[in-house]
Amino acid sequence: MPMEIFDLTIHELHDKLESKEVSSVEATRAMLARIEATDPKIGSFITVTKEQALADAEVADRCIADGKTGMLTGIPLALKDIFLTEGVRTTCGSRILHNFIPPYSATSWEKLKGQGAVLLGKLNQDEFAMGSSNESSCFGPSRNPWNTECIPGGSSGGSAAAVAARQATATLGTDTGGSIRQPASHCGCVGLKPTYGRVSRYGVIAYASSLDQVGPLTRDVTDCAVILGAIAGHDPKDSTSVDAPVPDYKAALTGNIKGLRIGLPKEYFIEGLDPDVQKTMAQAIETYRKLGADFVDISLPHTDFAVATYYLIATAEASSNLARYDGVRFGHRSPQADGLIDMMTKSRSEGFGLEVKRRIMIGTYALSSGYYDAYYVKAQKVRTLIMHDFIRAFEEVDVILTPVAPTPAFKIGEKINDPLQMYLSDIFTIPVNLAGTCAIALPAGFSANGLPIGLQLIGKPFNEETILRAAHAFEQATDWHNRKAEL
Amino acid sequence: MKLTVAEVEHVARLARLELTEDEKNLFAGQMGAILGYVKKLNELNTDDILPTSHAVPMENAFRADQTCPSIGIDKALANAPKRVDSFYYVPKVIE
Amino acid sequence: MKYQPVIGLEIHVQLLTDSKIFCGCSTKFGAEPNSQTCPVCLGLPGALPVFNEKVAEFAIKAGLATNCTISPRSIFARKNYFYPDLPKGYQISQFEEPICLKGWLDIQVDGGLKRIGITRIHMEEDAGKLVHGDISGLEDGSGVDLNRACTPLLEIVSEPDLRSADEAIAYLKKIHQIVTWLGICDGNMEEGSFRCDANVSVMPAGSQTFGTRAEIKNVNSFKFVKQAIEHEIERQIDLIEDGGTVVQETRLFDPNSGKTRSMRGKEEAHDYRYFPDPDLVPLVIDDAWVQRVRSELPELPEQKIMRFTDEYGIPAYDAEVLTASRPLAEYYEECVTLNGNGKAVSNWVMGELTRALNDSGASIDKCPVTPRLLAELLKLIDSGTISGKIAKTVFDEMWRSGKEPGKIVEEQGLIQVSDSGAIEAIIDEILAREAEQVAEYRSGKEKLFGFFVGQVMKASKGKANPALVNELLLKKLNE
Repeated sequence: MPMEIFDLTIHELHDKLESKEVSSVEATRAMLARIEATDPKIGSFITVTKEQALADAEVADRCIADGKTGMLTGIPLALKDIFLTEGVRTTCGSRILHNFIPPYSATSWEKLKGQGAVLLGKLNQDEFAMGSSNESSCFGPSRNPWNTECIPGGSSGGSAAAVAARQATATLGTDTGGSIRQPASHCGCVGLKPTYGRVSRYGVIAYASSLDQVGPLTRDVTDCAVILGAIAGHDPKDSTSVDAPVPDYKAALTGNIKGLRIGLPKEYFIEGLDPDVQKTMAQAIETYRKLGADFVDISLPHTDFAVATYYLIATAEASSNLARYDGVRFGHRSPQADGLIDMMTKSRSEGFGLEVKRRIMIGTYALSSGYYDAYYVKAQKVRTLIMHDFIRAFEEVDVILTPVAPTPAFKIGEKINDPLQMYLSDIFTIPVNLAGTCAIALPAGFSANGLPIGLQLIGKPFNEETILRAAHAFEQATDWHNRKAEL
Repeated sequence: MKLTVAEVEHVARLARLELTEDEKNLFAGQMGAILGYVKKLNELNTDDILPTSHAVPMENAFRADQTCPSIGIDKALANAPKRVDSFYYVPKVIE
Repeated sequence: MKYQPVIGLEIHVQLLTDSKIFCGCSTKFGAEPNSQTCPVCLGLPGALPVFNEKVAEFAIKAGLATNCTISPRSIFARKNYFYPDLPKGYQISQFEEPICLKGWLDIQVDGGLKRIGITRIHMEEDAGKLVHGDISGLEDGSGVDLNRACTPLLEIVSEPDLRSADEAIAYLKKIHQIVTWLGICDGNMEEGSFRCDANVSVMPAGSQTFGTRAEIKNVNSFKFVKQAIEHEIERQIDLIEDGGTVVQETRLFDPNSGKTRSMRGKEEAHDYRYFPDPDLVPLVIDDAWVQRVRSELPELPEQKIMRFTDEYGIPAYDAEVLTASRPLAEYYEECVTLNGNGKAVSNWVMGELTRALNDSGASIDKCPVTPRLLAELLKLIDSGTISGKIAKTVFDEMWRSGKEPGKIVEEQGLIQVSDSGAIEAIIDEILAREAEQVAEYRSGKEKLFGFFVGQVMKASKGKANPALVNELLLKKLNE
């Protein structure tokens, strides 16, 4: 079967654009057609920017004709709807922003655009990135391309589903407690959460500011390295972005991981782990052994406290971050308010969905007078312990290998009424955000009923090269990333 | 653990949220369950532990005292639910 | 029963930076509503604050000038509350770890100096403005203007060490003098760049336990602060005497009635839910930074007073008047450097110059009589070219025209007559004309001497050298 344009990765499409075998306009049209054909089933897009995409593609084609190209020139991408895009509606999956047209763009998108990338549209997500299943979007859930009765994961569900459904060559997502890695794992694509401070958060709608990071969701590890290289680096507009040199991530993909020390934390290989996940991990370990890696049993003793810590810190920050949605300057304003205070209260109450309200309530409670020390400060102290777990582990190993999620994707509606169970499904991804370090999720197998299962490699802070290299070596030795969901 | 409806109402007032009776009851139970779960942190002795705000150590991110152009009144007010003149319009405070 | 008022002040000082504290928008006053805004100060989704280094610089200056300890590490916190003029739904401020701690200032009170403790100084952003009233379309509501949002403020919090409205005003004026002296605030109370909240309570005289306090918000002149505090003290005493109790609350001062009134009902009990702002990083100030700022501090009023009395031999009272503001002190010193006569300059600056400034309403840096011109004028007196009396005429002309004093003297023929022949001729004429008074004088009515001096000066149109007139007149009368 001949390769369709929408089946190409960034580096494959780049080669065809360079050799003028395909134009960016053709590639963009192919993606738009693919979106039109498949999105009624998947629901990954909130907004498709068709005209703008074609106009951008034409510009890219002129650059290609002039020989002025980079890896991303003319490549059709899509963004989680949490990234501000000047002039293009940005909703964050919320009714409160249903009509918000930003007057500026996120730094990460500015960087991709500056390198000639084409914007196909804005992707579905959990409302304000609060969720693990994409079910909290006010635009309805996005679905898993491998089984449309299942969730694609969340909160960057649309970003993962769009890559898996081959609706965009690559996408950007954000990861606060696993929101890139978990959907990447559930949809069978590669997703990377960079070290906190590696990528600018400017223009990305905040959920929990001390945990949020921007990262790529791609078809393979090479693409992941390309996108990361394009968006990483210091941004004077983000005080928490770090001024450290950006290495050539693509050059780090040498295929050689001989002698790499991989840690296996006992707290992540527990009873009750889904048998398919367990089996997949065992196979992955075997693959790495064959590639010449050494395994070390390690312990991250405070893992069990991560979810509790996370849900206090994230909700506390969120309760404050979401105070600006008050109906005064932008977004939804209640038409039936009685006076100023009532207008603000009603606009918020009508504009936010149930999960967002729940988290604002928990966060407000955790910060309120009399509870601050017992909840918020306590969580920040436990965060220190969790960080130290990783610091100690990385004295012994180069990377840590774990599952991404305890189970493959679950059914839509399955956990919606039990928020605590939903929160607990993020147990393997949350500690990384609390520790601020980097991790990648990559396809490692399938469940008996055909759902993708990912593995997670956690790296030292600002050492994305090592996890990319290790992921790439695995990818070279397996072909999970080449499987395609039938739609 | 379950929160009382009065506690839920107090928190909602602080957060400027108006909850339906159903939501209040739902949250009383769910917040109670979640807050009960997070109590597990008390199993850890953290007396000598410093709190962490950012996992990556950072300090002194500055900008110089230089003005840069503003975005302009029309852009500033483009998303205003209601605009009067160069102002965002809001209803009166009802005493 | 006698009551003892207890007062603490929270002073908000708007800093004279060009750009806002967390974004690059201009801080200029009076621009069209919402014209000085950007995603950051509008609190748009995704926008992030970046701290203006100059604000730390100014805060360190204020801290050093008020004897504070500069914190080696301080952090920003979010103060959460909802109001339409607060775009993000929280104010970025400092809470647990402010930039300056534990300072003090001495103020003049009856019977000497009194030390007032400064609890802390912290940095924060201002809110925008809610505009009501006369604009068409705003009849039923309010307009939100965010130009002021995110402009930098220092909040200077005093200990509850003040015991009367007068002490509070003395302290407030001292802080006002210091922040304007340092050039970190324009001190304009009308435009709100210097404003204060007063915490006022009363307790029975001799008691050790403070009463319940009321907070009076945002009073915008020294006069009103005094009125507001005095009224509040009176109100609380009356309330207690009538068997009532003071409640902890926020009160607003109404300048029209001169009274404070409760804001209860408008404002819910606040729970600000302070927590460290995760969008900002800690501010670390090392010794080198503090030392550099210290070395760049201007000489402060108290040091100047000491030096002026020492170096220029002027009375302490003069030195204090001359250091009321930095431009005045600098004017004085520049003039003394050119002239040398400390007391003469002091007299002129405190006398003619201050009168002219008050009459015209001009500020000293726009004064037409520059220090050099005044020094020139004083030189003309010293050299005997003109008399002190004529000098006042010359000064007024300099103020009007800005001309050199020498030129004015020449043009108007004001040169002092020191030719004894010419003066003797005038004296002879006067003595001949006033023979009757001469006889009375010679018979012992010596106080008539002044009359003769006046007549001679008048006849010389004020130009006769007064010393010479005295000398020659005395000689002639005693002949």
